[in-house]
Amino acid sequence: MSVAGLTQGTRPGSGAWRRLAEGRTLPVLTVVLIILALWYVAAVGLNAPQVRDRLNRSGQNWSTSDLVAATWSMERPVLPTPDQIAAEFYKSVFATPITSKRSLLYHAYVTASATVVGFLLGSLLGILLAVGVVHQRTLDRSLMPWIIASQTIPILAIAPMIIVVLGNFGFIGLLPKSIISMYLCFFPVAIGMAKGLRSPDPLQMDLMHSYNASRGQVFWKLRWPASVPFLFASLKVAIAISLVGAIVGELPTGATAGLGARLLSGSYFGQTVQIWSALLMAALLGAGLVYLVALIERVVLARMGMRR
Amino acid sequence: MPKASLKIVSDKTKIADAPAIEIRGLSLVFATADTPVIALSNIDLSIRRGEFVSFIGPSGCGKTTLMRVIADLEQQTEGEITVNGVSPREARQARAYGYVFQAPALYAWRSVLANVTLPLEIMNLPRAERQARAAKYLEMVGLTGFERKFPWQLSGGMQQRVSIARALSFEPQLLLMDEPFGALDEITRDHLNEHLIRLWEQTRKTVVFVTHSIAEAVFLSSRIVVMSPRPGRIIDVIDNSLPGKRTLDIRDTSEFLAVAHRVREALYAGRSYAD
Repeated sequence: MSVAGLTQGTRPGSGAWRRLAEGRTLPVLTVVLIILALWYVAAVGLNAPQVRDRLNRSGQNWSTSDLVAATWSMERPVLPTPDQIAAEFYKSVFATPITSKRSLLYHAYVTASATVVGFLLGSLLGILLAVGVVHQRTLDRSLMPWIIASQTIPILAIAPMIIVVLGNFGFIGLLPKSIISMYLCFFPVAIGMAKGLRSPDPLQMDLMHSYNASRGQVFWKLRWPASVPFLFASLKVAIAISLVGAIVGELPTGATAGLGARLLSGSYFGQTVQIWSALLMAALLGAGLVYLVALIERVVLARMGMRR
Repeated sequence: MPKASLKIVSDKTKIADAPAIEIRGLSLVFATADTPVIALSNIDLSIRRGEFVSFIGPSGCGKTTLMRVIADLEQQTEGEITVNGVSPREARQARAYGYVFQAPALYAWRSVLANVTLPLEIMNLPRAERQARAAKYLEMVGLTGFERKFPWQLSGGMQQRVSIARALSFEPQLLLMDEPFGALDEITRDHLNEHLIRLWEQTRKTVVFVTHSIAEAVFLSSRIVVMSPRPGRIIDVIDNSLPGKRTLDIRDTSEFLAVAHRVREALYAGRSYAD
């Protein structure tokens, strides 16, 4: 680090280029380019058998470049190329009205709303559990094993049950998906929050004791503010897995809307390009939601005067 | 009947001119997995109001533990103790003392001002009063102008001064200070020592002060309690009536050195039969 800094200090180069080389942009860009190159190579490899079959059956002579071009432009490839995915993504996001069932934004909206509702419910549940566990030894000993055990059950196994049971009571659509999200995301919040509420050091606790502070005062003036950084760290994990929960919740219902439904119908009809563009959308949605939580974290911690 | 009323009267007078701290035959034994640890053994001590008393001794001599018993952060296993004539627990509930810990123990999410008003919020004082008192005591420790800073923006010495202002802010009669300057460099320490003695001269609060440093103890105290470990006990109580105003220069006078010598002798005596 220091050696690199020294050599660069003695060799003044063009500002923009140096910023690019020293910052994170260049390394990230390089990796992206390598991945894209490997992707195109893999697309040729994976799609070639089908293409070769077709070309042979057509009876015409074909060259390697014909083969490569064909593998990169199949309608239902095993592995679509990035440009095919980008084109499909553009078409279903920007060239389709948002009210249409073909609009990826519409599906993203459906999944996002289930994600956010599940995230809010799960976070609330997680915080309440943490508060209980920290203040009551009995709750700590009786609930904690169950909280941990709940996460050892594969969500794919429990999701259909939740949907069937809730459907029986007339709940369909958003709520069952949110419940599955909640089931996944309360866990990191409960664990992180419990750790945060226990984070004040003994001196800070003694101080409250010496003031003869009530339990409520200790909670609101010490435990709660001390736990905020821990809470946000958990919330970032929680919102990401809440999205996973919502998508998983869309799979067994045969839902007609949402990114999960889009993935499922794509795989029914071999629409790999559609699957990949839904996947891209899910990734962007996840990143966007995490970024949003991180943004709120920055604002809140800055207001609390915490260095970040 | 007249007997009972007489008793109440005498109780009241007892509280009025009770010593700040009265300790009789106090012992504290920590039960550990293997052998019980005798942290304090048969302590007798009486501290008058307005005194500045230092506890000095090597690590493990129980000076911090004794202070924590006074503050009701620890309970004795034997013996009796009163703080302002009542039990430590009642004294704590009456918010009779301010405690300054080894570390500043400031709350990172609170500004300097909000840290000082913390005990006042807990006591439900009105907002205007909180602000006024915080301003007063921040001025007393020389931190006016730093109200809006957060703890991480201050040096260690300034942080400790904030914690002193916080302990003073709810105006307790008794100030318990547990090695408050132990983690600071010597220059800062000297400076804060001088600050503290001026503060004591102004307010004449009862101060109990735990320290490792002979010079600090002799400079600050009106009485020095020398303690020794295994088991933690008092081996000597030295009166320290240095003449004149206490400034840092006094540390070069022969009177100062004589008291420091006595303290050192006592500490060595304690060590020789502990090991």
